[in-house]
Amino acid sequence: MLEVKSLSKSFDGFKAVNNANLDVQKGEIVAVIGPNGAGKTTLFNLITGILRPDSGTVHFKGENITGLPPYEVCRKRISRSFQIVNIFPRLTVFENVQISILSREKRTWNLFTPSSKLAIDETNQILENVGLVGKKDRTTALLSHGDRKVLEIAMALGGNPEFLILDEPTAGMAPEETARCIELVKSLSEKLGLTILFCEHDMEIVFGIADRIMVMVRGATVVQGSCDEVRCNEAVQDAYLGGSDVCLM
Amino acid sequence: MVQSTTRGKAQLWVYACLVILFLLPLILPRFYIYLVSVILLTGLLATSLNLVLGYGGIFQFHHAVFYGVGAYATALVLTRSGLSPWLSFIVGPLMSGFLSLIMGLICIRLSKLYFGMLQISLGSLVWIIVYRWYSFTGGDDGIHGVELPDIISSPNSAYYFTLIVTAICLFVMYKIIKSPFGSVLQGIRDNPVRSEMIGINVRRHQLLALIIAGFFAGVAGSLFVVVDNTAFPDMLFWTLSLEVLIMCLLGGWFTFLGPMLGAAIIIALRTFISTYTTYWALVLGALMMLVIFFLPNGVLGYIEEKVKKGIIEPVIKE
Repeated sequence: MLEVKSLSKSFDGFKAVNNANLDVQKGEIVAVIGPNGAGKTTLFNLITGILRPDSGTVHFKGENITGLPPYEVCRKRISRSFQIVNIFPRLTVFENVQISILSREKRTWNLFTPSSKLAIDETNQILENVGLVGKKDRTTALLSHGDRKVLEIAMALGGNPEFLILDEPTAGMAPEETARCIELVKSLSEKLGLTILFCEHDMEIVFGIADRIMVMVRGATVVQGSCDEVRCNEAVQDAYLGGSDVCLM
Repeated sequence: MVQSTTRGKAQLWVYACLVILFLLPLILPRFYIYLVSVILLTGLLATSLNLVLGYGGIFQFHHAVFYGVGAYATALVLTRSGLSPWLSFIVGPLMSGFLSLIMGLICIRLSKLYFGMLQISLGSLVWIIVYRWYSFTGGDDGIHGVELPDIISSPNSAYYFTLIVTAICLFVMYKIIKSPFGSVLQGIRDNPVRSEMIGINVRRHQLLALIIAGFFAGVAGSLFVVVDNTAFPDMLFWTLSLEVLIMCLLGGWFTFLGPMLGAAIIIALRTFISTYTTYWALVLGALMMLVIFFLPNGVLGYIEEKVKKGIIEPVIKE
């Protein structure tokens, strides 16, 4: 479904992403792992059009989407959530998700219908699914960090995506929030049939829910394969454990 | 429930104000009617700026240009062309909207302060053209004694015309802010990156917002011609833009009617203080400092905060 080929991006000579390769099949959950600064978020930014790659290509469902602006990428039904919470702080939880839906329905040029009458059922449905419906009238600035991360995902869902990119969905969450979040991600994949690409530092989560794993080190793809393949790959152990011959996990 | 009662009360206040404004000519002398007319149209100008400033997060530093161009276009059509006078009130805003489109296309590539700086430069360019082009605009003399259709030529009828047009414009702008476009505009203000990522073409939405704001500033300019029968270059000068900006901040730039309140406060104060001292700017400076320190959300923002707190707290206790 998504195919990334030898993607590269450098900032002032620093190669943040250097020859990254990735393929994701429909319905899969794929994890990207790698040490801090490996270029995971940059890779996501390149895929979603926030950054333009220096070289390499991104194909989605056979179509070349390399270098398209983010709003065009979003219209191909690719949605993402951000590692650092990235929401509309002055709007309510409800409005945050509603905007996302209105945008997908191309109603944002509508100047005279009150928004308060549009997309209400669908917004409520999404908030129900992610468990935020009880807090829908709160200004998002008043939410806990965990709820904001969930709202991130809810906003991404407002775009009715086929392909969902989650950048460290559980970063900074309390343990029970993390568990809830993982259940949510699993149910999205199972119930809605979403294809999910995510990155995460918690190996328990990664090996728990990912079908396949891609490992990045210093901007480059080291390996992409099933959990078992990755676990015993020497280069991966090198990166994570400094050359020990113990299998990960 | 709580929200709807608050909104109901606010609506009641607005209707009450409208009724009072309608009755004013019966009790107030001519000078005050003129003053209230100027407050209304300047309030409209400030509200149009706030559409892009407070709701859109765009640093439109030279908004007066669109006000001046609207006034000049209206005055020129009225004095120099044989067209129907009523047409001039449409030509003015349309010219402003068109200029806003052109300036917007150039400036929108930049963001925040850089947008504002470029906007000031381009706006000053328009000002100098108006200021120097004697044969067309009358140069620094401006255009005086513009003849209006009889029905709006007396001070009272000019006042009613201004009041009605301003009320309609505010209503339309309020509708726009509450529409999906308005929600998106506020989203862009809060977080342009995220807006793009949910599929919004940020630049195009901002451009439309600028055109709308320019258009309504043009309406305010046309109304000034009705009230004052003149158009002069100072209407396009950047100090006026600054004053309008201050009105937004003073009244409350995250509230809809804040700029109107700000306009009322500043124009009323300027009129009365100027009779006692020539150092009006000094008073304005002190006032601004007080607002920044004590009312960072402006006067109406402060009131709104208090009202919300008063209502929300008891609910939480329950």
